[in-house]
Formats: sequence, structure tokens, C-alpha cells
Amino acid sequence: MASPKELKYSEEHEWVKEEGDKVRIGITTFAQSELGDIVFVELPEVGDELEVNEPFGSVESVKTVSELYAPVSGKVVEVNEELDDSPEFVNESPYEKAWMVVVEPSNRDELDNLMSAEEYDKLTDEV
Amino acid sequence: MKREEQRLIFELSRPGRSGGSLPENDVPEINVNELFSSDYIRKDEPELPEVSELQLIRHYTALSNRNFGVDSGFYPLGSCTMKYNPKVNEGIARMAGFAHIHPYQPESQVQGALQMMYELQDSLAAITGMNTVTLQSAAGAQGEWTGLMIIRAFHEANGDHQRTKVIVPDSAHGTNPASASVAGFDPVTVKTDERGLVDLEHLREVTGPDTAALMLTNPNTLGLFEEDIVEMAEIIHDAGGKLYYDGANSNAIMGKTSPGDMGFDVVHLNLHKTFTGPHGGGGPGSGPVGVKEELVPYLPKPLLVKDGEDYTWNYDRPEAIGRIKPFYGNFGINVRAYAYIRTMGPTGLHQVSENAVLNANYLMKRLEPYYDIPYQQYCKHEFVLSAKRQKKLGVRALDIAKRLLDYGYHPPTIYFPLNVEECMMIEPTETESKETLDEFADAMIAIAKEAEEEPDQVLEAPHETVISRLDETQAARKPILRYEKAKEEQ
Repeated sequence: MASPKELKYSEEHEWVKEEGDKVRIGITTFAQSELGDIVFVELPEVGDELEVNEPFGSVESVKTVSELYAPVSGKVVEVNEELDDSPEFVNESPYEKAWMVVVEPSNRDELDNLMSAEEYDKLTDEV
Repeated sequence: MKREEQRLIFELSRPGRSGGSLPENDVPEINVNELFSSDYIRKDEPELPEVSELQLIRHYTALSNRNFGVDSGFYPLGSCTMKYNPKVNEGIARMAGFAHIHPYQPESQVQGALQMMYELQDSLAAITGMNTVTLQSAAGAQGEWTGLMIIRAFHEANGDHQRTKVIVPDSAHGTNPASASVAGFDPVTVKTDERGLVDLEHLREVTGPDTAALMLTNPNTLGLFEEDIVEMAEIIHDAGGKLYYDGANSNAIMGKTSPGDMGFDVVHLNLHKTFTGPHGGGGPGSGPVGVKEELVPYLPKPLLVKDGEDYTWNYDRPEAIGRIKPFYGNFGINVRAYAYIRTMGPTGLHQVSENAVLNANYLMKRLEPYYDIPYQQYCKHEFVLSAKRQKKLGVRALDIAKRLLDYGYHPPTIYFPLNVEECMMIEPTETESKETLDEFADAMIAIAKEAEEEPDQVLEAPHETVISRLDETQAARKPILRYEKAKEEQ
């Protein structure tokens, strides 16, 4: 399945959407389908500092718990609290309703290390 | 099984029905309100089920018949070593001299029990190649923690306070990084290479002056023998770290090699796995810890020692990490392990490991044409297969596991280890016959064919069990944790 063109992607299957000086982060369709039904999402708090490639939360599915890796460094300015009650959004709407955090990147160069939709689709096709 | 037998005992209840009749009260009745303040007296009658004795017996007999254990069928739950536990162990554990003693009895009255413990310690030390063993830790996870606390005490005694990291392979049991963390260390992951073994180059990269220990199971969680273990031990020892052996998989190597021979400094064993303590139902487990000479001073106290002809507890151990469990470990489980080791003897234990490895390889070879085997080499006591091929047809490891229930088997471990896609981890153990292995292989092969020809058979399984496919997602998202009476009955 083709990933949305306007987003960027990490090797750890997070998507990143640039919104002015902030970025919105979630996990991809591929990630949620590999994990299966999501039953719990653990996210950081507003104000927390993320460090690129370090875990910032976790998603739990019926079969496993998987860490979320920060695609960029920066400060968390918004957290999707709806996922507390509705973790199923991650399966139903990974790119829209199931955004996880909004971050103010501290180093915008890190965005250049992310993949395009085309590159990401190539990566997941190989799996 | 009949639907009636699934009812809760509360649903069988009818007002006024009773299982017994008590004689008339022949002592004066006292009003409870005179004895206690009204704060402590319940306002409503407790809602207890009212059933006849026969209903009660049928209810619980039906429930007990639904248990599944090694005594009822094949149970190839990978990583758990679900071998048969000889019944002679039970008889010995129930002997009065073991079952009816009390930990507060004077040592002079329980010399036989102490002798048993001492000999068990010695046997386990011989099997693992360690110098001294303590039986105190209650189970594997506590054994891990104890071993790590010993390593920590050792480093601290040397002033090595910068050793804060414990290296753990990405295929490790989840308890390893968890124990490291609880013992105050930071777990660091080392990668698995394409052989399914620890990536030596990566191990060199993550090892340094901050390395406290490497925790390893060998054979590893993929059922493969870490053939570079001697080199790995060198890397860690040269950096000043210690090697910790997780004994979860020791069923594969008894009498062939030992953690001591491989260069390990600390070992824990799961007596409820390799040494036939009962599994499940709360066990309990038993997780003895053995160490090399250099670490003996840090073993928990008291330590059982032999003084002349007498067995005695040594509390004079100033460097010990302390006491980690009341009394002296899960004694009854230790009796069973002792009985097992003595009845098997060295030749028998050697044979156990050979047969465990033979059974696993036989099963792997039989399944190879039908399922993907991610690591193509001889396995040890267990192996992993991947349901990647079946996933392309829409059938996942979970579905295959559910379908196995219809064939009368306890499914293998699934989705573990985490580094294999659609993983199924199969450990037949040495106690199964070739006929059982063949029947199980036939079932797995039949399921692989069903996945191709009639996938719904697999996707909608189980069909034959009392309860069919559970909604695991809903159970996790919106769990119902408490029984509530259906509306119409209220």
C-alpha cells in the first residue's frame, strides 16, 4: 500500500508531518498491521524532551509491546490523549486520528535523514 | 462438553438450596450488633451460591477436567521445558522427614534434610561447573536478580562504581533486561547476526569500562548454540566484566558442556524446568544460583556448609548480599530436583540432553518442507519456525496456534523471540516418544495444508473447544474483571 506522499518516514516505522515550525508524529500503516490490534498506547508528557532514535513511548498489541523511537529530537508540545481511551485509532486511522505527539524539533537537520514515501514503501516491500 | 458445565456456580444457585444441614445450635445466640460497632457490620447478606453437594462436585469436577498439562497431552511450549515430571519425585517430597519438618527446628533435628540440600547444591555445582551454589532464590527471575546483585557487590568491593551496564542479546528472555534494571544496572542490547548468534563485532562495540556483565542463555532463545562463547567470554573478561548464565535452556547441555567450561562466572538454574519441579499453577519455582570461587563471598546468607560430619548454616558472611528470601528456598521443589538428579545419575542426565536435542531436530526436519525455518542449522533443545509463508495466505502464527487446540495439543510459544517474524517456538523435550512427535508433526502439516486449501478452518479455530476464539483485543481494551449477574436474573 502506498504511504502518504506528504509525510516523511523513519526506519522504525514512524511518520513525520511538518507543520510550520513543528512536526506531528505517528506510526505507519505497515507498523500497525505488523503489530496487530493495538490495546494500549503509552506516550510522553507535554514538556518532555525527545532525543532522536531513543524510545519515547510504547504501543502494546495483543501479541507484543513495541517501543516508539523518536524520529527527531525536540520538545513535546502536544500529546494525543484520545489514544488513552481509543487505542483502536492506531489501527483504524494511523495517519489521521492516531497522531501521537507534536514536537518542536531542536535540530531540523534531522528531518533530512528521514525517508520519502517512495523510499519507505521500498523498505517495507522488502520485509 | 455440555453447555451446562460452562455455567458459573453463581448461575447454578437457587434460593434456599443447600449442600448440607447443620445440627441445631446448642450454644446461646448473641446478637452481632452487641459485639461490633455498626461500621463493621455488613448491611446486606453476602451473595453466596446456593447449590446442592452434587452440583458443587459436578461443577468443580467439570472445571478440573478442562485442565491441560503434560500429564494429559503434548505441550511443546518453547522456552518452558514442559517435560514430564516423574511421579516418584512426588512420593519422595511427601516423605515425613521432608514434608513434616519446620524451618525453625534446631539443625541437629534436621540433619537429613540439610544433607539433602547440601548434596543438591554440590550436584548443581558439578552440573554447572561452578564452585558453590545457594538454593535460596525462589525462582528464575529472583535467581537472575541475585546473580546480578552478586556481580554488583563484587564490582563495588573493587571500587568499580562506573560499571553500570549489563549487556543482553536482543533475543534474550524479557526477564534479563528487567532483572538488570531492578538490580540497578542499565541494560544494553547486543544484536543477533544472520546466523542467529550474538554479533561479535557489535559485542566488541558495546563492551567497555562501564560493562558490569553480559547475560546470556546458551543455547540461546532461538535454540542455537552460541559457538563463539569462548571468544565472547574473553571480550567481556578482558574489559573487566562478568559473564552471567541464564540456565533457562540448560536442558540442552547437561553432561556435554557446562557454563563453567564456557567461561561463565554466575549461573542460575530453573529447577522447575530442567530438574522436573512442577510447572504452572504457581509452581512454585526454584532458582538456585551458582558462582565461581571469586564471587563466593557475596552469595546470600546463610550459606549451608559442612562442618566435619555436621551440616550447618553459616551466617558469618560479612560480604554477602544479605538474605533474599525467608528460610531456605522453596524446599519441596528442591527435594524433587534432588530426587530427579539422584534417580537419573550422570549418565541419565547426559541422555536427557541428547534426547531433548534429538527430538527437537527430528521435529524441525519434519516441519521444514511446510514452514520457514529462519536459521538453517542443527538446533539444540528447541527451534523456531516462522509462519511467513502462511501469512501470505492470511493465516498467522496465532491462527495456527488456535487450530492446534482442535488437534488436542497445547500450542507452542508464539511471537517470541521478538526478532523472528510470525514466530513459533517449539520445544518437544526428551520425554516424548517418536510416535507423539510424528502425530504432532502430522497435525502441523495438516494445518499448513488447510491454510492453503481451506483457510477459514484455521482462521476460525478453535472449533472443538468449549469456548471458541476469544476476542483478545476487546479483552485487553475493555476488560471485564468482575462477574456481574445478568440483568434478568436480578
